[in-house]
Amino acid sequence: MKIFRWILGIIILSILAYFNFFVYEGEIIFKLINVILFASLFVLYRVIFGPSAADRIVSIDIFGVLIIGLLAIIGLFYDESFYMDIALIWGLMSFIASLAFAKILERRHLDD
Amino acid sequence: MIREIIGYGLIYIGIAFDFFGVLGLVRLPDVYNRLQAATKSVTFGTGGILLGIFILQGFNNFGFKAILGIIFIFLTSPTAAHAISHAAHRSNIKLDEKTVVDQYAEDNENKE
Repeated sequence: MKIFRWILGIIILSILAYFNFFVYEGEIIFKLINVILFASLFVLYRVIFGPSAADRIVSIDIFGVLIIGLLAIIGLFYDESFYMDIALIWGLMSFIASLAFAKILERRHLDD
Repeated sequence: MIREIIGYGLIYIGIAFDFFGVLGLVRLPDVYNRLQAATKSVTFGTGGILLGIFILQGFNNFGFKAILGIIFIFLTSPTAAHAISHAAHRSNIKLDEKTVVDQYAEDNENKE
Protein backbone atom coordinates (compact mmCIF):
# COMPACT_ATOMS: atom_id res chain seq x y z
CA MET A 1 0.00 0.00 0.00
CA LYS A 2 2.83 2.37 0.85
CA ILE A 3 4.67 1.46 -2.37
CA PHE A 4 1.46 2.25 -4.29
CA ARG A 5 1.28 5.71 -2.73
CA TRP A 6 4.94 6.37 -3.57
CA ILE A 7 4.41 5.31 -7.20
CA LEU A 8 1.29 7.50 -7.44
CA GLY A 9 3.21 10.52 -6.12
CA ILE A 10 6.10 9.98 -8.52
CA ILE A 11 3.67 9.68 -11.46
CA ILE A 12 1.90 12.94 -10.48
CA LEU A 13 5.23 14.76 -10.07
CA SER A 14 6.51 13.53 -13.43
CA ILE A 15 3.29 14.56 -15.17
CA LEU A 16 3.54 18.03 -13.60
CA ALA A 17 7.20 18.33 -14.60
CA TYR A 18 6.50 17.12 -18.18
CA PHE A 19 3.71 19.63 -18.78
CA ASN A 20 5.62 22.48 -17.13
CA PHE A 21 3.22 22.79 -14.18
CA PHE A 22 0.42 24.09 -16.47
CA VAL A 23 1.28 27.70 -15.73
CA TYR A 24 3.08 29.45 -18.58
CA GLU A 25 4.57 28.63 -21.96
CA GLY A 26 7.71 30.55 -22.84
CA GLU A 27 11.44 30.35 -23.10
CA ILE A 28 13.49 27.83 -21.16
CA ILE A 29 14.74 30.20 -18.44
CA PHE A 30 11.26 31.56 -17.86
CA LYS A 31 9.81 28.05 -17.51
CA LEU A 32 11.85 27.61 -14.32
CA ILE A 33 9.59 30.18 -12.68
CA ASN A 34 6.67 27.75 -12.94
CA VAL A 35 8.30 25.40 -10.43
CA ILE A 36 8.70 28.20 -7.87
CA LEU A 37 5.11 29.35 -8.49
CA PHE A 38 3.87 25.81 -7.83
CA ALA A 39 5.96 25.64 -4.65
CA SER A 40 4.37 28.94 -3.54
CA LEU A 41 0.97 27.29 -4.08
CA PHE A 42 2.00 24.54 -1.62
CA VAL A 43 3.12 27.20 0.87
CA LEU A 44 -0.24 28.94 0.55
CA TYR A 45 -1.96 25.61 1.27
CA ARG A 46 -0.01 25.39 4.55
CA VAL A 47 -0.89 29.03 5.34
CA ILE A 48 -4.62 28.41 4.89
CA PHE A 49 -5.03 24.93 6.43
CA GLY A 50 -2.23 24.99 9.03
CA PRO A 51 -3.42 23.50 12.33
CA SER A 52 -1.61 25.94 14.61
CA ALA A 53 -0.37 29.52 14.44
CA ALA A 54 3.30 28.50 14.28
CA ASP A 55 2.70 26.63 11.00
CA ARG A 56 1.43 29.82 9.39
CA ILE A 57 4.42 31.82 10.66
CA VAL A 58 6.86 29.21 9.30
CA SER A 59 5.06 29.31 5.96
CA ILE A 60 5.32 33.10 5.75
CA ASP A 61 9.05 32.87 6.51
CA ILE A 62 9.59 30.26 3.78
CA PHE A 63 7.49 32.29 1.33
CA GLY A 64 9.80 35.29 1.76
CA VAL A 65 12.86 33.21 0.88
CA LEU A 66 11.12 31.69 -2.16
CA ILE A 67 10.21 35.13 -3.50
CA ILE A 68 13.92 36.11 -3.44
CA GLY A 69 14.75 33.26 -5.83
CA LEU A 70 11.73 34.08 -8.02
CA LEU A 71 12.74 37.74 -8.37
CA ALA A 72 16.38 36.75 -9.08
CA ILE A 73 15.29 34.50 -11.97
CA ILE A 74 12.99 37.21 -13.36
CA GLY A 75 15.92 39.64 -13.23
CA LEU A 76 18.15 37.12 -15.03
CA PHE A 77 15.52 36.71 -17.76
CA TYR A 78 15.02 40.42 -18.45
CA ASP A 79 18.72 41.23 -17.77
CA GLU A 80 17.82 44.05 -15.39
CA SER A 81 19.55 44.37 -12.02
CA PHE A 82 16.90 46.33 -10.11
CA TYR A 83 14.86 43.17 -9.46
CA MET A 84 17.71 42.14 -7.15
CA ASP A 85 17.15 45.36 -5.13
CA ILE A 86 13.51 44.39 -4.64
CA ALA A 87 14.62 40.90 -3.60
CA LEU A 88 17.06 42.23 -0.97
CA ILE A 89 14.48 44.60 0.53
CA TRP A 90 11.88 41.81 0.51
CA GLY A 91 14.27 39.48 2.35
CA LEU A 92 15.08 41.98 5.08
CA MET A 93 11.40 42.91 5.56
CA SER A 94 10.49 39.21 5.75
CA PHE A 95 13.16 38.67 8.43
CA ILE A 96 11.82 41.53 10.56
CA ALA A 97 8.26 40.28 10.08
CA SER A 98 9.26 36.77 11.19
CA LEU A 99 10.90 38.08 14.36
CA ALA A 100 7.84 40.21 15.16
CA PHE A 101 5.48 37.26 14.60
CA ALA A 102 7.66 35.06 16.85
CA LYS A 103 7.47 37.64 19.63
CA ILE A 104 3.70 37.92 19.23
CA LEU A 105 3.42 34.11 19.39
CA GLU A 106 5.44 34.08 22.61
CA ARG A 107 3.16 36.85 24.02
CA ARG A 108 5.99 39.22 24.83
CA HIS A 109 5.97 42.94 24.18
CA LEU A 110 7.66 44.16 21.02
CA ASP A 111 10.11 46.41 22.93
CA ASP A 112 11.16 43.68 25.35
CA MET B 1 30.54 28.09 -22.43
CA ILE B 2 31.62 26.14 -19.34
CA ARG B 3 30.56 29.14 -17.23
CA GLU B 4 27.02 28.88 -18.59
CA ILE B 5 26.91 25.14 -17.90
CA ILE B 6 28.01 25.60 -14.27
CA GLY B 7 25.67 28.56 -13.72
CA TYR B 8 22.54 26.94 -15.15
CA GLY B 9 23.40 23.69 -13.35
CA LEU B 10 23.49 25.54 -10.04
CA ILE B 11 20.16 27.23 -10.83
CA TYR B 12 18.50 23.88 -11.66
CA ILE B 13 19.87 22.26 -8.48
CA GLY B 14 18.68 25.20 -6.41
CA ILE B 15 15.16 25.05 -7.83
CA ALA B 16 15.04 21.31 -7.12
CA PHE B 17 16.09 21.99 -3.49
CA ASP B 18 13.37 24.66 -3.19
CA PHE B 19 10.66 22.34 -4.50
CA PHE B 20 11.56 19.39 -2.28
CA GLY B 21 11.86 21.63 0.76
CA VAL B 22 8.35 22.94 0.21
CA LEU B 23 7.17 19.34 -0.30
CA GLY B 24 8.60 18.59 3.14
CA LEU B 25 6.72 21.61 4.50
CA VAL B 26 3.46 20.10 3.28
CA ARG B 27 4.08 16.44 4.13
CA LEU B 28 5.74 16.32 7.56
CA PRO B 29 3.62 15.86 10.71
CA ASP B 30 4.84 18.49 13.18
CA VAL B 31 5.74 22.18 13.47
CA TYR B 32 9.37 21.46 14.34
CA ASN B 33 9.80 18.85 11.61
CA ARG B 34 8.34 21.24 9.06
CA LEU B 35 10.63 24.03 10.22
CA GLN B 36 13.68 21.76 10.13
CA ALA B 37 12.92 20.44 6.65
CA ALA B 38 11.82 23.63 4.99
CA THR B 39 14.24 26.20 6.38
CA LYS B 40 17.53 24.46 5.61
CA SER B 41 16.50 23.16 2.22
CA VAL B 42 14.88 26.35 0.94
CA THR B 43 17.77 28.48 2.25
CA PHE B 44 20.36 26.37 0.43
CA GLY B 45 18.20 26.24 -2.70
CA THR B 46 17.88 30.01 -2.93
CA GLY B 47 21.59 30.34 -2.16
CA GLY B 48 22.31 28.02 -5.08
CA ILE B 49 20.13 30.10 -7.41
CA LEU B 50 21.91 33.31 -6.41
CA LEU B 51 25.37 31.68 -6.72
CA GLY B 52 24.46 30.49 -10.23
CA ILE B 53 23.37 34.01 -11.17
CA PHE B 54 26.69 35.37 -9.83
CA ILE B 55 28.63 32.85 -11.93
CA LEU B 56 26.57 33.73 -15.03
CA GLN B 57 26.81 37.51 -14.61
CA GLY B 58 30.38 37.96 -13.38
CA PHE B 59 31.62 41.02 -11.53
CA ASN B 60 29.01 43.59 -12.53
CA ASN B 61 26.37 45.14 -10.30
CA PHE B 62 23.91 42.25 -10.74
CA GLY B 63 26.52 39.73 -9.57
CA PHE B 64 27.49 41.77 -6.53
CA LYS B 65 23.84 42.15 -5.56
CA ALA B 66 23.48 38.36 -5.81
CA ILE B 67 26.46 37.87 -3.45
CA LEU B 68 24.89 40.39 -1.05
CA GLY B 69 21.63 38.44 -1.21
CA ILE B 70 23.46 35.20 -0.31
CA ILE B 71 25.03 36.90 2.75
CA PHE B 72 21.66 38.31 3.87
CA ILE B 73 19.84 34.98 3.49
CA PHE B 74 22.50 32.97 5.31
CA LEU B 75 22.47 35.47 8.18
CA THR B 76 18.74 36.01 8.56
CA SER B 77 17.03 32.69 7.80
CA PRO B 78 18.54 30.53 10.63
CA THR B 79 17.97 33.41 13.08
CA ALA B 80 14.29 33.61 12.16
CA ALA B 81 13.93 29.83 12.32
CA HIS B 82 15.51 29.73 15.79
CA ALA B 83 13.23 32.50 17.04
CA ILE B 84 10.12 30.80 15.66
CA SER B 85 10.98 27.38 17.12
CA HIS B 86 11.80 28.93 20.51
CA ALA B 87 8.50 30.83 20.54
CA ALA B 88 6.55 27.73 19.44
CA HIS B 89 8.07 25.67 22.26
CA ARG B 90 7.45 28.40 24.80
CA SER B 91 3.79 28.77 23.76
CA ASN B 92 3.14 25.04 24.46
CA ILE B 93 2.56 23.77 20.94
CA LYS B 94 2.54 19.98 21.20
CA LEU B 95 5.17 17.76 19.65
CA ASP B 96 4.30 14.80 17.46
CA GLU B 97 3.16 11.54 19.05
CA LYS B 98 6.19 9.61 17.76
CA THR B 99 8.69 12.00 19.38
CA VAL B 100 11.37 10.17 21.36
CA VAL B 101 13.13 12.88 23.38
CA ASP B 102 12.55 16.55 24.22
CA GLN B 103 15.76 17.81 25.79
CA TYR B 104 14.73 21.47 25.95
CA ALA B 105 11.83 20.69 28.32
CA GLU B 106 14.11 18.41 30.42
CA ASP B 107 16.64 21.23 30.81
CA ASN B 108 13.92 23.63 31.94
CA GLU B 109 12.72 21.10 34.53
CA ASN B 110 16.26 20.66 35.86
CA LYS B 111 16.70 24.42 36.25
CA GLU B 112 13.55 24.76 38.31
